[in-house]
Amino acid sequence: MPIDKDTVSKVSNLARIKINNNQLEKISKELEAVMGWIDSLSEVETSGIEPVANVTGQKLPLREDKVTDGGYSDKILNNAPEKEGGFFVVPKVIE
Amino acid sequence: MSEIVSKTILQIKEGLKKREYSALEVTDAFISASECNKKLNFYNTFTKEKALEMAKTSQSRIDSGEDKILDGIPIAIKDLFCTEGTLTTASSKILGNFIPNYESTVTQNLWDAGAIMLGKVGCDEFAMGSSNETSFFGEVINPWSKVINKNLSPGGSSGGSAAVVSAGAALAATGTDTGGSIRQPAAFCGVTGIKPTYGRCSRWGIIAFASSLDQAGPITKTVNDSALMLNVMSGFDPKDSTSANKNTPDFLKACGNFNLKNLKVGIPKEYQISGMSSEIINLWETGYGWLKDRGADIIEVSLPHTKYALPTYYVIAPAEASSNLARYDGVKYGYRNSQNHLDDLYANTRADGFGNEVKRRILIGTYVLSAGYYDAYYRKAQRVRNLIIQDFNKVFKDVDVILTPTTPSAAFEVGSQQDPISMYMNDVFTVPASLAGLPAMSVPSGLSTNGLPLGLQIIGKQFDEENVLKVASNIEDQAKFPFLN
Repeated sequence: MPIDKDTVSKVSNLARIKINNNQLEKISKELEAVMGWIDSLSEVETSGIEPVANVTGQKLPLREDKVTDGGYSDKILNNAPEKEGGFFVVPKVIE
Repeated sequence: MSEIVSKTILQIKEGLKKREYSALEVTDAFISASECNKKLNFYNTFTKEKALEMAKTSQSRIDSGEDKILDGIPIAIKDLFCTEGTLTTASSKILGNFIPNYESTVTQNLWDAGAIMLGKVGCDEFAMGSSNETSFFGEVINPWSKVINKNLSPGGSSGGSAAVVSAGAALAATGTDTGGSIRQPAAFCGVTGIKPTYGRCSRWGIIAFASSLDQAGPITKTVNDSALMLNVMSGFDPKDSTSANKNTPDFLKACGNFNLKNLKVGIPKEYQISGMSSEIINLWETGYGWLKDRGADIIEVSLPHTKYALPTYYVIAPAEASSNLARYDGVKYGYRNSQNHLDDLYANTRADGFGNEVKRRILIGTYVLSAGYYDAYYRKAQRVRNLIIQDFNKVFKDVDVILTPTTPSAAFEVGSQQDPISMYMNDVFTVPASLAGLPAMSVPSGLSTNGLPLGLQIIGKQFDEENVLKVASNIEDQAKFPFLN
């Protein structure tokens, strides 16, 4: 499957990774090579085969819906690049 | 000093008990060994002061007769495990300044057992790589490089973990394995490493790569030492929803039984890939010859979907990674590229903060999960994963373990593999067991024609690490591998 520069642009936007225009060509070639290799999966007959995400078959456990942790926002903010008054700081979103 | 660093964990425990040396002397010896090997670039963060503190505490417990199972044992931690108050970078620029406020369950288990932390060893960035070269802090060098006088890769992603043990600069190291990241570096560096069954060790506090595949495990010199480490690292953890609610058997008891009567060993014909070198084929044949000598039945088996395992992995792992790594946004922690608009902040932070291989995998993952491709790639790969699991289930009706080479070659030179797909081929023998969540172990088993380590892999049934360890200790006993230190 060919991966053109527009597709790379779209995917990089979805992934929130900036790619400079002069890199698009190179990256589209790289992704095309990897996806071309992955395309061999299409020759496997999988009709009636269930998709698997959980390999051990263990059911995800549930617990009572109550607070078990928290109350240390200072610790959580410790690694923030920018913080103020107990909040993370980001550029203004609403004009 | 040199005498101490060439010992195993079990030997050091014996020496500490007999007061032949103190925990402080042991720790000093390994600190010196690390400092002598600076050019091998083991550590992202070396925690010498902390190690000496922990050694003092260990010794006081030994003196009062209240010593714990790993008291006085200096180990290294892959820089993917969160360690409270100690820099944890995943070998990435984007986490270059990250100091966790919490401790991963696996490392906490190790500290509770008395282990001593020497520091955080390098790995491929976010564990994505098979050579250590994707690390932002530069690759770790394989200590076996001196044999051929060229800079060799230690493998990856747990390359620092394997290298530091191989050089006799730590008694053990933690690793993580998503598609071979414990086993391949163990094979390249001539040490032992086990990836247990998915769910055996808690993933809590380990920086996530691909959550349905990631598993922690130990890298050590000997099989006994791996069993002992695994005893401590394993266990149910309510903080990891996929942690297995099972008792941990005493893995050490599984080792050292040299009678393999009634044990059935499968040799999968699909692992004889085209172009495989004769030295790997010879090693494999020698390996199952050893097991036959001890009474095991050797049976040829078939795992027909083996050749689809790598492409399946390279859909599933990047898909999960693209989702897991969405959290690195320059807001909550880590590196930020400040911009006037939030979207620009995200996109520039991630462009600068991630290296090329990580970006490639995030893009692949985003692509295979995007509208129009989800069924064709992601769902498809999940279905092929099921077929790979069914292959193993069928074979494990007839055999107890499967024996394969760990890697298709010995360690390669740093910088020699530039093409992503040929780099991915390093994991051709390790990825299938990962996709099926099976325990698998690499044992150093021989040397290549130019004198570099080669490993054999033993794959077991889910939660049957015991047979894996039993077979591994037989191979170890017969291989008499010439450890570097």
